[in-house]
Amino acid sequence: MKVLYFAWVRERIGKAEETLDPPAAVRTVGDLIGWLTQRGEEYARAFEKPTIIRAAIDHTHVKSDTAIAGAREIAFFPPMTGG
Amino acid sequence: MTIPITVRVQHDDFDAALETRMLTANRPEIGAVVSFIGICRSGEDDLAISEMTLEHYPGMAETEIRHHAEEARRRWPLSGVTVIHRFGTVTPGDNIVLVLTASAHREAAFQAAEFLMDYLKTNAPFWKSEKRLSETQGVWVEAHGDDDAAASRWERK
Repeated sequence: MKVLYFAWVRERIGKAEETLDPPAAVRTVGDLIGWLTQRGEEYARAFEKPTIIRAAIDHTHVKSDTAIAGAREIAFFPPMTGG
Repeated sequence: MTIPITVRVQHDDFDAALETRMLTANRPEIGAVVSFIGICRSGEDDLAISEMTLEHYPGMAETEIRHHAEEARRRWPLSGVTVIHRFGTVTPGDNIVLVLTASAHREAAFQAAEFLMDYLKTNAPFWKSEKRLSETQGVWVEAHGDDDAAASRWERK
């Protein structure tokens, strides 16, 4: 699946997107954040406050307990500040 | 009835007067248009900025705005909606966002415009980074809790 990062999540991780293939035990958005956090210090810093991180699957806002099965694109970003 | 919903996410500036004319042309049933224009503020003192950059999530930004425009159409008797949100770098005084709501009467137009702005602030995937005169690096603008409160007042039980 394609994983995208925006704003300071992108800056902390140091990349805008990557293609990842998490193990089957990673079932929800929250699981994926936990798994990403293990990938390195830059991820740990980006997700240091996991409760404020927002996520979207295929362009739709989702909660941390949403299943990721079948997702083509998952995005992680800070609270939005548009308008 | 289908009504025109125009949603654009663009780098370039918009012309609010032109957009209003396009929304109301040959639509004699329209009796009210409310327009909201969000403008880049200069800020004051330590928070004074030279420019602001708007990052967005291409594809999702349009989808999310359209979703809320359609929700507005379901809630109020609207004759048309236009939402334009810019991305990229702007300087103080520049336009950022335009919301136009048209209806036969003013009440629906006012309420729908407020509803759309409240949801845009909290749900449309845009992030502002300010270049402050007092700092060398860009600073990400933090989300306001009162924006969440403003959006939540429209929630339906």
